[in-house]
Amino acid sequence: MTSTILQLPRFTGRLILGFLAQFGRLSLLVVELVRGLAEVRIWVPRTMTEAATVGAGSLPIVFVIAAFAGAVTAFQAGYQWQTNLPVYVLGTLIVETIVLELGPVLIGLVLAGRIGARYAAELGTMRVTEQIDALESLGRSPASHLIIPRVLAATLMLPVLVIIADVVAVGAGWISVKQVLPVTDADFAFGAKYFWRPFDAYYSLIKATSFGFAIGLISCYMGFNTKQGAEGVGKATTAAIVTSSVVILLLNVLLAKILLTA
Amino acid sequence: MIELRGVKKRFGEQVVLDGVDFEVREGETLALLGPSGTGKSVLLKHINGLIRPDQGKVIVDGREVATLHRKELSELRTTIGYVFQNGALFDSMNVFENVRLGLSDETKFNDMEYARTRVAECLKLVNLTPETMEKFPAQLSGGMRKRVGIARAIAGAPKYLLYDEPTSGLDPVNADIVDELVTRLDEELGVTSIMVTHDVRGAFNVADRIALLSDGRIVLQGTPDEFRQSNNPKVKAFLERDFENSSFAA
Repeated sequence: MTSTILQLPRFTGRLILGFLAQFGRLSLLVVELVRGLAEVRIWVPRTMTEAATVGAGSLPIVFVIAAFAGAVTAFQAGYQWQTNLPVYVLGTLIVETIVLELGPVLIGLVLAGRIGARYAAELGTMRVTEQIDALESLGRSPASHLIIPRVLAATLMLPVLVIIADVVAVGAGWISVKQVLPVTDADFAFGAKYFWRPFDAYYSLIKATSFGFAIGLISCYMGFNTKQGAEGVGKATTAAIVTSSVVILLLNVLLAKILLTA
Repeated sequence: MIELRGVKKRFGEQVVLDGVDFEVREGETLALLGPSGTGKSVLLKHINGLIRPDQGKVIVDGREVATLHRKELSELRTTIGYVFQNGALFDSMNVFENVRLGLSDETKFNDMEYARTRVAECLKLVNLTPETMEKFPAQLSGGMRKRVGIARAIAGAPKYLLYDEPTSGLDPVNADIVDELVTRLDEELGVTSIMVTHDVRGAFNVADRIALLSDGRIVLQGTPDEFRQSNNPKVKAFLERDFENSSFAA
């Protein structure tokens, strides 16, 4: 019993030290990123290539997720529908649900898996096969060659993918809701426009941008600090996905509190 | 000149280097011998600042590596070619792009005509044909990957070359080819080299001087002859197996 009591402060101490070490390493990486921004000629072309790969490569999954999310939103709206409400409200409900919440969060979580895993595994493998050391030994900065392009590509492409997802999901919701309730196109369009504010689109894009930045930074950080061979790459990849997903959900709450309740 | 003074390094509880002292003079080739896992590669990475010592000094051309600022360190690294154990070639780039990255001068790096000529020249120095340029690392054999790694290290015309186990994982014939290559490059390019290896035969063939690292310290540093004549039990134990059936015993 006494030894268990003594172990508790040790465990807490180790936990705090571990957290501080991670925070310190992440801060150093951010400093390196800021310094690396000066090497424009290096990171601009690489960012373009990376953004094209991430964007084009993610399109199929974005289409599928968005279409299903839109359809399910419509069917659930139909299931819970009260006949005393005007049907045009369905347009409002589906568009607002998708644009404010489902589009950015679902796509963010899915891409945390797709892009985050890719970045962490790529950089982790480069770390354990000494490719990152090789880059440094050639007097070149891993920040401008490897990390800035990836973080920027994720930050820039997530809003683009979320816009596509929003459009596809609203379209799928529109088609689907007509299968379960007697809604005309005019009703749906009226409802969609009636409560629409440009801020809704900005809010969706602000969320997508911050999710993209979080995915890029966290997964690059995890990959860059990989240790211990193939097992380390596996751990880094898992940590990148889990941490990115948790941070996305945290940011989602924070942004809702700051931007929607102010 | 490269000097290490009382360099200590530990990873967690494990002491890897426990007060390493040695120096490498201009133009010489030093082979750093030692059993696997004694910290030879760790020591090598201290020289170009990839790892910082916990204590002690690493001095290259009169400059203490650990105290250099980012830009100074970057400049220093362009004077040190580093050949990694498994080549450490960038998977996503072909041989041309890999070797081109070794061009430290940005103007030359961006001049594609110069870069192509220089890459072909470096590949020729390591006995590879210009056709290799278009291949990706996955299409190369282990020996070829090591040679491309050497070509990348010499592309920027460095003053120092650090080889990390250049012959490990190679069959004896390819190992001899790499050893000959190291000797030839040292002569033709006039570089100062440190070769980390546990291949005793290769070390005796290539090096002007040899150092043995054991238990985190340099046990002996001297010429191949001094090594052969040493009565140090650690040196004798390390060389014993090879002395029995090797030509350098004579």
